[in-house]
Amino acid sequence: MPIESHPNCIAVENVSFAYNKHSVLEDISFYVKSGEYLGIIGPNGGGKTTLVKILLGLYKPRSGTVTIFGQAIKNSGQRALIGYVPQRVSQNISTFPATVEEIVKSGRTARIGLLKRFSQNDKTAVEKAMETADVARFKTHLIGELSGGEQQRAYIARALAGEPKILVLDEPSVGVDIAAQEKFYTLIENLNKTHGLTIIFVSHDVDVIAHEVRCLLCLNKNLVYHGQPKKFIKDEYLEKLYGKKVKFILHGH
Amino acid sequence: MAEIFQFDFMIRAFIAGIAVAVIAPLIGLFLVVRRYSLMSDTLAHISLLGVTIGFLTNISPLLMAVLLASCSAFGMEKLRSHKKFSGDAILSLFLSGSLALAVIMISFIRGLNVNLLSFLFGSISTVSVNDLYFIVSLCLLVLATITGFYKELFLVSLDEELAAANGIKIKTFNLTLIILAAISVSLSIKIVGALLIGALMTIPVMTAIQFRCSFRETLLLSILFSLLSVVSGLFLSYYLGWASGGTIVIVALLIFLLSLVAEKIR
Repeated sequence: MPIESHPNCIAVENVSFAYNKHSVLEDISFYVKSGEYLGIIGPNGGGKTTLVKILLGLYKPRSGTVTIFGQAIKNSGQRALIGYVPQRVSQNISTFPATVEEIVKSGRTARIGLLKRFSQNDKTAVEKAMETADVARFKTHLIGELSGGEQQRAYIARALAGEPKILVLDEPSVGVDIAAQEKFYTLIENLNKTHGLTIIFVSHDVDVIAHEVRCLLCLNKNLVYHGQPKKFIKDEYLEKLYGKKVKFILHGH
Repeated sequence: MAEIFQFDFMIRAFIAGIAVAVIAPLIGLFLVVRRYSLMSDTLAHISLLGVTIGFLTNISPLLMAVLLASCSAFGMEKLRSHKKFSGDAILSLFLSGSLALAVIMISFIRGLNVNLLSFLFGSISTVSVNDLYFIVSLCLLVLATITGFYKELFLVSLDEELAAANGIKIKTFNLTLIILAAISVSLSIKIVGALLIGALMTIPVMTAIQFRCSFRETLLLSILFSLLSVVSGLFLSYYLGWASGGTIVIVALLIFLLSLVAEKIR
């Protein structure tokens, strides 16, 4: 079956994970359809980032399986289908002597393979990624010279350069001002609708994410909720997870 | 001008100096961006221990330095990957540990060997023909490895987690880099000496970073500044009778200071 037509682009089945004896995820199962825009929320320590690392193949689940388009994440072919935008761009990025173009090109490293050089195809993909994320005009700037929002778009371009089918963003809007966040969400929406990318967006910001995503998954060690964001808000899940104050803020919008 | 090249040992010194001048900042940049600059000093002290063992066992000191530094590099990377100790603590452990052993071993060598001092502060007149072959061939190996794996080494230095998520074998490339660093440091100690090699790996890189260029251009600029420091340092040390290692480092420092001033004016 061709990759694109596989019904579930991600299948997580009975996944559990623990750091030493400290259990973080217990018996998580869910499916993500191609073209989905999924938000993952949950309190701190609820296992969001751990789940992302399992999806990326960085952590191996203690039990259960994760498949991407029907195959395990072992080989680099499957990994190349996922573009990853990390929680915070590297701590030393403000002094790192690399241009935006070099950072975006690095998103293609694994696809090109060992001892091989950039082909015309690779260069075109890099240019296109920079255009889509609107960072092409900064391409000769050092990454540290960009604002927080621009840096994040550069890292999205980096993920896009690998021509992924799925984009995983782990708390990408931390430390970015409101105006930049708007532009950021518009870009993600566009990637989902126009480019047909499956989006997995992890955030602790329940308020914002509930208004952006079309499907919501709430984690607190167990899978608390998986479904439409509206139903989640209505059904008072928030109060159970975060206490009454959050519910108040959310309904105030 | 031609007088300096009438001596075979000066020609050897220049060739070895140029080879080392190319690879030292090349590795240095990768270490500096990972905030691992102190690595070169640690490897230098381990190399010194290797040299001492070489003298005691009558095996080529340079070969012993390369071997011991590479093995220790492997050990340091293993310890670091366990994440039990921080990187700088591991460096400090190996630095003082190897120096302590070296000091004890030096006391076994009767009288203070002049050759040993040359490894501490560098002595260009002691580069033998065999040393030269060894230095040049290993420098070519380092250069070829960095060129071949440039894009992977760049990505791993930029962000290990991103590299791992892309399926890059980060352990392999971290180990490659640190062993290349071990080789480069051991080879450089005849030219600038164990105590000053850290300077040749970091100062030209810091100068290059001032110019706010791309990573690739920063690499090329730092090699340029390093070549400038080594070649003019060797000339100066010959005509002024100064110690070669110290002179090279002072020239590198002067270039750095000039770049600071140039940056201010700009």
